[in-house]
This record gives sequence, C-alpha cells and structure tokens, in this order.
Amino acid sequence: MYKILSKRELAQGTVVENVISAPRIAKKAKPGQFVILRVNETGERIPLTMADTDPEKGTITLIYQVVGKTTALMKTLNVGDGYQDIAGPLGKPTHIEKVGTVVCIGGGTGIAVLHPITRALKQAGNKVYGICGARTKDLLIMEDAMAAASTECTLCTDDGSCGYHGFGTDLLKQILDREKVDLVVGIGPVPMMKFVCSVTLPYNVRTLVSLNAIMVDGTGMCGCCRATVGGKTAFACVDGPEFDGHQVDFDELTKRLRGYADMERQSMELFEHKCSCK
Amino acid sequence: MAEEKAKVPRQKMPEQDPAVRRRNFKEVPLGYSPETAKLEASRCIQCKTPGCSKGCPVGIDIPGFVKEIAVGNFEAGIAKLKEQNALPAVCGRVCPQESQCEGNCILGKKGEPVAIGRLERFIADWERTEGKMKLATLPAPSGKKVAVVGSGPSGLTVAGDLCLKGHDVTVFEAFHKPGGVLLYGIPEFRLPKDILFSEINGLERLGVKFEVNAVVGKVVSLEELFEEGFDAIYVAVGAGLPYFLGVPGENLIGVYSANEYLTRSNLMKAYLFPEYDTPLVRGKNVIVVGAGNVAMDSARTAMRMGADTVKIVYRRSREEMPARAEEIHHAEEEGIELFLLTNPVRFLGDADGRLTTVECQKMELGEADASGRRRPVPIEGAFFTMPTDLAVISVGAGANPLLTGSTPALSLNKRGYIVAQPETGKTTMKGVWAGGDIVTGMATVIQAMGAGKQAAASMHDYLTIGW
Ligand SMILES: Cc1cc2nc3c(=O)[nH]c(=O)nc-3n(C[C@H](O)[C@H](O)[C@H](O)COP(=O)(O)OP(=O)(O)OC[C@H]3O[C@@H](n4cnc5c(N)ncnc54)[C@H](O)[C@@H]3O)c2cc1C
Ligand SMILES: Cc1cc2nc3c(=O)[nH]c(=O)nc-3n(C[C@H](O)[C@H](O)[C@H](O)COP(=O)(O)OP(=O)(O)OC[C@H]3O[C@@H](n4cnc5c(N)ncnc54)[C@H](O)[C@@H]3O)c2cc1C
Ligand code: SF4
Ligand code: FES
Repeated sequence: MYKILSKRELAQGTVVENVISAPRIAKKAKPGQFVILRVNETGERIPLTMADTDPEKGTITLIYQVVGKTTALMKTLNVGDGYQDIAGPLGKPTHIEKVGTVVCIGGGTGIAVLHPITRALKQAGNKVYGICGARTKDLLIMEDAMAAASTECTLCTDDGSCGYHGFGTDLLKQILDREKVDLVVGIGPVPMMKFVCSVTLPYNVRTLVSLNAIMVDGTGMCGCCRATVGGKTAFACVDGPEFDGHQVDFDELTKRLRGYADMERQSMELFEHKCSCK
Repeated sequence: MAEEKAKVPRQKMPEQDPAVRRRNFKEVPLGYSPETAKLEASRCIQCKTPGCSKGCPVGIDIPGFVKEIAVGNFEAGIAKLKEQNALPAVCGRVCPQESQCEGNCILGKKGEPVAIGRLERFIADWERTEGKMKLATLPAPSGKKVAVVGSGPSGLTVAGDLCLKGHDVTVFEAFHKPGGVLLYGIPEFRLPKDILFSEINGLERLGVKFEVNAVVGKVVSLEELFEEGFDAIYVAVGAGLPYFLGVPGENLIGVYSANEYLTRSNLMKAYLFPEYDTPLVRGKNVIVVGAGNVAMDSARTAMRMGADTVKIVYRRSREEMPARAEEIHHAEEEGIELFLLTNPVRFLGDADGRLTTVECQKMELGEADASGRRRPVPIEGAFFTMPTDLAVISVGAGANPLLTGSTPALSLNKRGYIVAQPETGKTTMKGVWAGGDIVTGMATVIQAMGAGKQAAASMHDYLTIGW
C-alpha cells in the first residue's frame, strides 16, 4: 500500500495533486520519469509522471487530470487511503544540459510534467522561458511553481481570463522571432504538442515532446506503447517518453489513444452509475 | 508381470466439452479421480534404470512417486515428488511431457507411456485440496541474504531451494504479482491462477519475501542490492521483449503482441471487463501469427473472448509447428483453424486507424535452413486478403535490455542474453548468477526450473564456502 499523505484539488477539481509515500522511488526518480500505478485489485495500470519528488521525506508528487474511470476513482481517495501498487521510476530521464536558451511550454496537466524538467534546465544554467497555457484561468495549474522554476514565465489562456489572450504557441513564436532559442520542450495534450512542433520546425529548433501513449507494463515487455518516431517503431515507455517532436507521427498516436474509447466510456458510465446509487 | 500391467490402457483425462469450453476460461482437463490415478500408476513397471527420470530436466524420482500413488499412499507420493520439484501442480499442467519424461518411458516403445504428467498433477492437486500441504522444517538461519530478480519459475525455484538451506531470500518482481509467464502469459484455462498462488503462498509461508512493483535496474541496481547487504543475486528476468513482423500497418489498433494480449487478459483479467478495468479488443475475425504455445494460448483466448473465427497463420507447415501436440489438438477441437504456409505482409485499417484487413502471401517449403527445418519461400504473386479486426503477433520474444543495459559488469552474448556458466549459472559479475529464459532464450518452465536448481546449489556453495 502506497499511502496518500496529502491531497489538493487544483483547477476546478478536475486536476488533483497527491503526495504519496514511496521511499524507494523517491530516492531514484529524475525529471521526466513516470510511475505506473494501480488503484486496487480490479484496477488497470496507468502511467503518471512525477511532478516532484522528495528523497528525504520519501515522497513523490503526482498531478492527474480526471478524464476517465481510473482517474475518477483516484479522486475519491483521501489522505490516509492508498494506492495498491506503484512501480517506478520508469522511462528515460530528461537529458539535462546547458544549451543556452530554452523555452518550456506546457498545456493543461502537461505543466505538471514540465515543471521538474524546467527547474532542472534552469539549475543547469540555461536561460529558461516558461509558457503555461490553459483554456481558461481556473484550469491553469502550478503558476507559482513554474514562475519559480523558470527565468521568466508567461501565462496564457484561450479566453483571455488570465495572462496573454491566445495560444501559448503565439508566445513561443514571438520568442523565436526575437532571439535564438536552442531547445524547446513542449508537453501537454497531443494536439498542442503537434502544434508546437509545427511552429518550431521552420526555425529548425530542437523540440522535445513527452508521449502519453497507452501503457501496460512500462518496462518494454508488451509493446502497447509503440509509436512511430522517425519512421521507426519506438516503445514510449523505455525509449521515451521524450522524443524529438519533429520525428513523431502524432496522427498515429492520436488514433492509438482513442483505441479503447468505447470501453472507456462503458467503464465510466458503470462507475458513475455505482456512485450515484450509493 | 510386466505384460499383465501393460494390459491396463493409459487412462484418459476427462476434459470439458470443446463446444462449451471454447467460450469459458475454466480449466480444460478436469483431473484424475483417486481411483483412475491409482490405476494409471499401476501401469508403471518400475524400471531399474528408468528412462523417464533421465528425460526429466530436474531428475524427479518418477517411479518412486508413481509407486506411492499406485498403492494409494498419496502423502508419501507428494513428499517424494517435492524432493525435486517445488511447483508440481504447475509442471503437471504445462510441462511438455511427451518430449521429456513420457517421451522416454519404456512403455511408450510399444504402446502408450505412463501418464506421468497427469499423475504429477493429480498428486499435487490432492495435496492442495486435502489441505495436507506440509511446511518443511528449516535449518538454523545462515545469516546470508539472497536477492532473486524475477519471480518466474526459475526465480521461484532458487528462492525455494535457498530458503530451505537457511538463507534469507527476497524476490524482486517488476509486476504487481509474482509468477512470471506462469501468471501473465499462460491462461487460466491451462493453469488456474489459484493453483499458482497457492504454490507461491507455500514459498511465502516458508519465509521467502516478495517485493513486487520493483523494477530492478530502474528503482535499484544490482550494485545497490549488494550495498543493501545482499550477499548473492540470482537474475531470472525472462525473455520479455516482443518481436514484431516489421510489416506495414503493424501499429494499427487491434494489432497486439502476444505479450500485451495475454498480459491484459491474464494478469489484468480483461476477460472480466468491466468488472476489471482493463480493456481488450474483442475481435470477430482474429488471426494469430505464429505457431508456438504462445500462439495457441492467444488463439484460444481470442475464441473465449467471443470471436467468430480464429486463424493461426503460420509461414511453415504443420510439421514445423513448435507448439505442444496436445495444445494444437485442443485448439483445433475448439474450432481454431490453421492457415499454414501463409505469411502476413501488410495490415490495413480504416480512417480511425483500426485494423480491418490483413494481406497474406502463400508460401512453399524450400531447402532446409540452419535450424534443419525447410525454409519457407514466398510464392510470387500469390497474395490474398482476409477481413481481420484483431491480430496477435506471436513470433517469439528476445532479451529485454532494461536490467542488463544498466549493469555493464554482466557479459551478454550477441543476442543480448546473459552469459552464464552452464553447470552453475555463474555470470561474469561476482556474486551474481543468472538462469532461465534470460540465459537460454525462450525455453520451457522446467528448463528454467532446472537452471534454478543448479544455480541454487552453486550459490549455496558460494554462501557457505566462497566464489
Ligand atoms: C508517460 C506518461 C505520463 C503521464 N503523465 C500524466 C500526468 O502526469 N498527469 C495526467 O493527468 N496524465 C498523465 N498521463 C495520462 C494518463 O495516464 C491518462 O490520463 C490515464 O491513464 C487515464 O486513465 P482513466 O482510466 O482515467 O481514463 P480512460 O477513460 O481510461 O482514458 C482516457 C484517455 O486516457 C488515455 N489512457 C487510457 N488508458 C491509458 C493508459 N493505460 N496509459 C496511458 N494513457 C491512457 C487515453 O488517451 C484515453 O483516451 C500520462 C501518460 C503517460 C503515458
Ligand atoms: C504464453 C506462453 C505460454 C507458454 N507455455 C509453456 C508451456 O506450456 N510449457 C512450458 O514448459 N513453457 C511454456 N512457456 C515458456 C515458459 O513459460 C518460460 O520458458 C518460463 O516461464 C521462463 O521462466 P523464467 O523464470 O526464466 O522467466 P519468466 O517466467 O519470464 O519470469 C521473469 C519474471 O521477471 C520479471 N522481471 C523482468 N524484468 C525484471 C526487472 N528488471 N526487475 C524485476 N523483475 C523483472 C518479469 O516481470 C517476470 O515476472 C510459455 C511461454 C509463454 C509466454
Ligand atoms: S520409464 Fe515408464 S515404466 Fe519405467 S519407471 Fe518410468 S514411468 Fe515407470
Ligand atoms: S508499456 Fe509495455 S512496452 Fe511500453
């Protein structure tokens, strides 16, 4: 049992932050790595990135968005409850080095994944522009943490309710037009990552993205998480999750992510039905 | 006397009716009754130099345990069996007996061999259901700590053997439950999980500790295990890297590796969806590419998931099919068709990226290749397509580099398997042994256990004498 030590609802309760006791994992985890967890005996295995870790306290922080049955079930867990299984750290850590100027652009819960990477890139001596975007003000998360992690951080919303009125990619483009950027890290929903890559491509700037492929084991054993990168099949769990965005077949990823849409809906309906019967 | 006994025919195993079982996950063979077991055991002529035991990779005293069954002394029978085999209920179900013990039984020369596998299964089941499972008495603790990485049959064997020698054993497993392929690969209808858990539970009660969710090489390295105070390590991580065909369309939704398909179904119980949360594509027209045990398991699972048609697509002929004869027979009885001398060349999908069609090429057999089997050669222009909404690729597995890649001190061979001394399992890294599929490539349960037995003996020497 991996105990939940704290729970905080961010962004209108659709995004939840959990601090969980997992000493072995906390000691080893690096930015960019994830865990695979299972809520209970009948649960499925889902991957979540570690938004933070505290090796001294032996804790990891997960920030998840409620999108389906498993994450909805997770939201019902409170401090003192626990997750049945958490395995990790999995995936390759982000390669952190001093390259010069970096833009870290995050959308939605992707910001949680982006945060430790942003912090590490700044610590490595880079000039880091942070860009955090969401549909509206209430859905923005971790503004303060990202401000602290980057040299300069800008917020933006689609509806203009907070910060810049428009897409983060507009801000990205402004920076690219203005100065030399050595690396862009874009993490968020698949359409957003695809968009970021199409913006950076003409500038020929290396662009890292984090692929949220569907996973089972997370150790390269099943091949479920395969994605086409540079025309070749890669396993997101062991070869990634970060890849050169200009090489990724995002359309294939988008389709694969919808592979179980019907069953996911069925699962969710059953769950909501059970909840409302209680 | 011998002739007298030979007159008793080999006793049939009652089985679930194929028409019924093809739609359920309950075990297929139903097991012997005590009477049938005694009768079958009485067929054994108790050879002075028994071929059966020689054919057994762990050298079970087969006439010894069979004799006890024949006289109805089941308790003594299971005790004898367990001297050599810690997982008899598993082996009695999945071992390729026809090519091992039974293949070497003298009665098989003229008629039918003693049904050693069925007797093994009977006696192990009897012990479990009668609640007679006895715990061995342990020697005084040796004060030595052993780490076992991977909880498949090889790791479990080492854990049991070294625990019985008084060492303090911890098994590290990447998944959330121990068992290896026995758990996530072999389906319930061939190896009920309760039986596996009960054998693992026996080890736990003996004192073996299990640390699940522990991906060694990621959360802890072998060096760190030594720093934590382990004196010796056994690596038995299996051969868990799925091979694909490398043909167009292989990333369409509905194309699975056998590992994924079986893991979702067995470990995650996707066949009980939505009671269990893990989804699985339920194909109507299914193809399974490959013809080993893994392919048979995948095909039979797809049938049980409600498929209309399931086809085994294999590029060679029936003779070269690597699966056990019994499994092929079971599959055919359940309505699975064999499409031999056929090779998929392309998968086609719809606008949503879902598999709809497979294109295949007909093959013929040419000259023998390095493996001694006749090489399949494509017949030019002989293409055809079949509607298919689920394809399971089951063409083998290789060495997963996750652990070995993070352990430079371990020497690997060209194909990425760990180099270990055949007699002892010693690797090139001091204090580290390896065995099972990660050394040999995909083999069998009992071979993985045999490697474990040898390594455990060598590790015990090391722990008590030195490297
Ligand atoms: C490496 C990695 C890191 C991730 N990190 C985060 C994170 O930090 N925060 C966060 O909110 N989300 C993260 N995700 C996505 C998260 O795993 C999914 O949102 C979650 O699995 C949804 O499960 P569900 O049952 O609630 O929803 P479902 O109803 O099952 O599915 C909703 C959608 O989630 C995706 N999904 C479903 N099952 C899986 C699965 N087993 N693996 C991956 N995606 C799946 C699919 O796109 C699906 O359409 C990450 C994914 C990956 C691969
Ligand atoms: C579907 C299927 C059907 C089969 N049918 C038969 C049959 O009928 N008869 C037969 O004799 N053989 C059969 N086999 C082959 C047999 O199962 C294997 O030869 C045997 O299981 C190998 O045992 P092992 O202990 O070496 O490894 P495995 O059983 O593969 O176990 C390895 C374990 O190590 C774990 N692991 C891997 N990496 C790590 C890590 N880094 N850290 C911690 N843990 C890790 C894995 O999760 C796994 O649990 C079958 C195989 C499959 C896949
Ligand atoms: S070879 Fe056959 S008959 Fe002889 S001892 Fe073994 S099982 Fe009995
Ligand atoms: S999740 Fe199984 S190989 Fe990546």
